[in-house]
Amino acid sequence: MATMTLLGAINHTLEQQMEKDETVVVYGEDAGFEGGVFRVTAGLQKKFGKDRVFDTPIAEAAILGSGVGMAINGLRPVAELQFSGFMFPGYNQIATHIARMRNRSRGKYSLPMVIRMPYGGGVRALEHHSESLETLFAHIPGLKLVIPSTPYDAKGLLTAAIKDNDPVVYFEPKKIYRAFKQEVPEEEYEVEIGKARVVKEGSDVTVVSWGAMMRETLKAVESLKDEDISIEVIDLRTIAPMDSETVVESVKKTGRFLVAHEAVKTLGIGAELISRVNEGAFFHLEAQPVRVTSPDITVPLPKGEHHFMIDAKRIAHEIKKLANFE
Amino acid sequence: MFFEKYDPLKKEMFSVLDKDGKVINKEEEPDIDNDTLLHMYKTMVLARVADIKALQYQRQGRMLTFAPVQGQEAAQIGPMAASDKKDWLVPAFREAAAMLYKGATLKQNYLYWFGNERGSHFDEGVNILPVNVPIGSQINHAAGIAYASKILKKGEVVFTYIGDGGTSHGEFHEGVNFGGVYDLPMITIIQNNQYAISTPRAQATKADTLAQKAIAYGIPGILVDGNDVLAMYRVSQEALKRARAGEGPTLIEAFTYRLGPHTTSDDPSIYRKDEEVEEWKQKDPVDRFRKYLTNKKLWNKDKEEALQKELKKVVADTFKEVEKTGQYELDEVYDYNYETMPKDLKKQKEDYLNYLKESEGE
Ligand SMILES: Cc1ncc(C[n+]2csc(CCOP(=O)(O)OP(=O)(O)O)c2C)c(N)n1
Ligand SMILES: [Mg+2]
Repeated sequence: MATMTLLGAINHTLEQQMEKDETVVVYGEDAGFEGGVFRVTAGLQKKFGKDRVFDTPIAEAAILGSGVGMAINGLRPVAELQFSGFMFPGYNQIATHIARMRNRSRGKYSLPMVIRMPYGGGVRALEHHSESLETLFAHIPGLKLVIPSTPYDAKGLLTAAIKDNDPVVYFEPKKIYRAFKQEVPEEEYEVEIGKARVVKEGSDVTVVSWGAMMRETLKAVESLKDEDISIEVIDLRTIAPMDSETVVESVKKTGRFLVAHEAVKTLGIGAELISRVNEGAFFHLEAQPVRVTSPDITVPLPKGEHHFMIDAKRIAHEIKKLANFE
Repeated sequence: MFFEKYDPLKKEMFSVLDKDGKVINKEEEPDIDNDTLLHMYKTMVLARVADIKALQYQRQGRMLTFAPVQGQEAAQIGPMAASDKKDWLVPAFREAAAMLYKGATLKQNYLYWFGNERGSHFDEGVNILPVNVPIGSQINHAAGIAYASKILKKGEVVFTYIGDGGTSHGEFHEGVNFGGVYDLPMITIIQNNQYAISTPRAQATKADTLAQKAIAYGIPGILVDGNDVLAMYRVSQEALKRARAGEGPTLIEAFTYRLGPHTTSDDPSIYRKDEEVEEWKQKDPVDRFRKYLTNKKLWNKDKEEALQKELKKVVADTFKEVEKTGQYELDEVYDYNYETMPKDLKKQKEDYLNYLKESEGE
């Protein structure tokens, strides 16, 4: 066991998988020599050489499109996009090829590739560096999307993603890259893609979140510890495929549902979760489901970001209201 | 005619001044009136002083991440000085000097990097697009502005900037090619500052020069000493002439160097040596131009001291004002997403205001 940050766990996992499987290659803008702008891939080029860990030209379509070819022809590419806000030039490859190759070729070509990208706000960053774009991936059939909120899950989900024979989009909550450390086993292990985690059991309200907002949710729950509310907290972890069962079973027990995410409201993942809660636990509901999300506006530059981002205080406020609804 | 004399495939570099500010290409020395020369110089120094101060403010936690311009002032001031007021500037994200010359105020520049969109609301008649972060995408905007200028017969020429790394991007190709197809009044300036964050120029493309990419688009391309403001001016003059005559776009590679970090979050010591930086400091574009002006008896030590003193005060006062007025009202977040705010969004805003009221003191 070693204690690691979320960022450290990703670096360690990439190293471990590259050691175990020589078809794994890691690449992206500044991902080679420098080890990435966040240093997530630091040390890998030195250890595994320039063929397996390399800097690309600034060309997201080339990064992802070449990944398709690499995956078809015997490699397991782990591509890094510098920020999720810069995935758009590569989105064409994601939506038109990466998500569809297995289906189009009736299973002849599968794409064992991982697309990593830091995402999310609250870090006082420049334009296009703060978005939460889960929906744009979850809405494309054929893709998987995972988001760890702890170092332990960061390793387990990344290991599973690299071993997966289908493409997996791996979101990295950059706000908590170095926020805290956790014990992470040295040996290889997987966290099953498609399985949510019940972080804390409770009987009055079900609260679902993921990524950096998981921390805010836990802070909110902590701040309510003197209230007489028993809160069940679920870390969704995998956005697609979605683990409806864990969520629905929880709501059947609590009768109250709240989802907190930093993405904007309309057609956010919260909307999908509420649909599933309605489909699966409608007659158990004791109050209308609640979304705590950012409003439907462009992420403001940092001086306005506090008007946009949700936080622990807001989540706690809404949990209390929901718990007290009669 | 002009462009045919300089073959990008032969790596010929167009210049007017040597590194000590002496004219080495008398024939091509542009004829610029003294007031303009001095205005060019003062704007270069303003950009430089503002940059250095911003780095200090950033270290003190008063300014957010920003992209310093130091070392690239000539590549930006030369073309802007050659342009007319009505011409457009479509920047990438490291064009503070060009923006200042073209009519953005220092306050606006600081406001943007301070984290407030108001910094992108330029004054009436100032034809500048906001700072453009997604690499390459601005080239297509420039093409569209040029297309509109052409068919609406506005006579405006569009300058757009991109970095060496940006030339690897698909949108660079799409935009420059688009300009060629329709003979658009569009001038694309590649600031080859030798790096894209940590990635050296050699890894952006196998091509020897970036100017030679023009050949494939069927337009002129020229390699220019980007630290020579007169060379940049002179080449832009010729490109403007072509554009105004309806002869189409030009591609200019300004060979230059980023003296500072990529942004304030970057640590250049990881990927480049101090000696390299020192070497480029010997070719500092501001120093070279000052020497030229001094040789012309337009400038001297006293004037320099006075200017430095004046600009330091202007910059410090401007930043103080930005700190005072750059905070953000809630309305600003909501009000500019649509011309008329949709009912649904109004409701979201009301909900949020209610929450603020309800949660007071929590
Ligand atoms: C589409 C896109 N991908 C990635 C980035 C992240 N990024 C910001 S600046 C930069 C390097 C740019 O290098 P260059 O074009 O040479 O311009 P310079 O920074 O040297 O001025 C990168 C990769 C981005 N802004 N946009
Ligand atoms: Mg560059």
